[in-house]
Amino acid sequence: MCLAIPMKLVEITREGSGKVDAGGVRTDVVLAMVPHAQLGDYLIIHAGFGIEVLDQDEAQVRLDLFRELAEVTQDLEDA
Amino acid sequence: MSENQESRTARTLAREIRDFSRMTTGALRFMEVCGTHTMAIHSAGLRKLFPDNLTLVSGPGCPVCVTEKSFIDQAMLTARQYDACLVTFGDLVRVPGSFGSLATLRSEGGRVRVVYSPMQAVNIAAEEAPRPVVFLGVGFETTTPTVAVTLTKALSEGVRNLFVLSAFKTIHPPLKLISAQKDLDGFLLPGHVSAILGSDCYTYLAEEFHKGGVVAGFEPLDILLALRDLVRMTVEHDFQIINDYRRVVRPEGNPAARSVVEEVFEPSDASWRGLGVIPGSGLAFKGPYARFDAAVHLPVEVPLTKDDPRCKCAAILTGSITPDRCGLFGRECTPEDPVGPCMVSSEGTCAAYYKYGVN
Repeated sequence: MCLAIPMKLVEITREGSGKVDAGGVRTDVVLAMVPHAQLGDYLIIHAGFGIEVLDQDEAQVRLDLFRELAEVTQDLEDA
Repeated sequence: MSENQESRTARTLAREIRDFSRMTTGALRFMEVCGTHTMAIHSAGLRKLFPDNLTLVSGPGCPVCVTEKSFIDQAMLTARQYDACLVTFGDLVRVPGSFGSLATLRSEGGRVRVVYSPMQAVNIAAEEAPRPVVFLGVGFETTTPTVAVTLTKALSEGVRNLFVLSAFKTIHPPLKLISAQKDLDGFLLPGHVSAILGSDCYTYLAEEFHKGGVVAGFEPLDILLALRDLVRMTVEHDFQIINDYRRVVRPEGNPAARSVVEEVFEPSDASWRGLGVIPGSGLAFKGPYARFDAAVHLPVEVPLTKDDPRCKCAAILTGSITPDRCGLFGRECTPEDPVGPCMVSSEGTCAAYYKYGVN
């Protein structure tokens, strides 16, 4: 029930609400919990509400870590 | 990342989990608090990667599972007595009460409307007026701010026929109770509840109870990473709270979300299926928001309910047993014809075991 997915903020329609997009599907979003959200941000959407803004820098840190971890197995398999 | 790369990352993490787990001769027992994690773990088949001495048990973070049967009864009685329209998230529709489920009510001509967002309840209230509209308030910290925002809107618009039946719950009180379990080594902490509460709020787990906690995302690799950190902390007796979901969870959480919840609600005692009444673990309406309280404005007499004594949801919700140890599991209790809520909810432990297999 606490399922939430990242969607891109593509429109701020009026104060406190906007539209988000995932793979071409657009839905309304309430921005009351993420008043600082800006167009182009990825929001974590739960029950029609943005509950947080995805931190792109942290997302990159995670990706870099996982790539490093992938190399460990690659090296083992190559050895 | 390519699929190949992801698979290599998973293999590295699984190996690290195995290596750390060999550093102890004892059993490693962790709890995934959140039902969404339960489903993610089972659907990705992660359990096959765990070493023999590592067990992951499900916790109380499945909102439908911990909701008392009497809540369903109360909702159905309210609908019948006041000709009310019930508004609910889909997960609740098939949960059996003492005299059927919301699906039964609907088949008898009752009004039950399923929504994706609580905000829809405001429009439904306008459509259904003057009929009372009752939103069934089930959920944890991720969901309560969405209802709180909805009620601030309803208050400012002067909506008179919208009510909420509150079974909202907060996660810290049961977590503190469960932390006292000696044979539990640590927690996979909920990702989206933590987006609201922050990662700093769990320090008591480490300091008071000497258990590790890792805030985790929901991708299979996120969960493996979190488990690796849990196993490492446990074997090294290095208990702390680690945030492995930093792209979403800030140390301080989301203060805007918490402040709207504090405007609308105040803590109250709440009854949990499987855990009983836990002081301060529920939410009651505060100040001007008391006008939305369905329990007060649309009162009904709810008869005492009895759970099927053979149903083991209570023990499953507290991590004491796994679903295959329940005599009803897969026989009398299936997703098509469920006895207990852990089999109904799409994120219930029994539903996960049934769908993806016991092993």
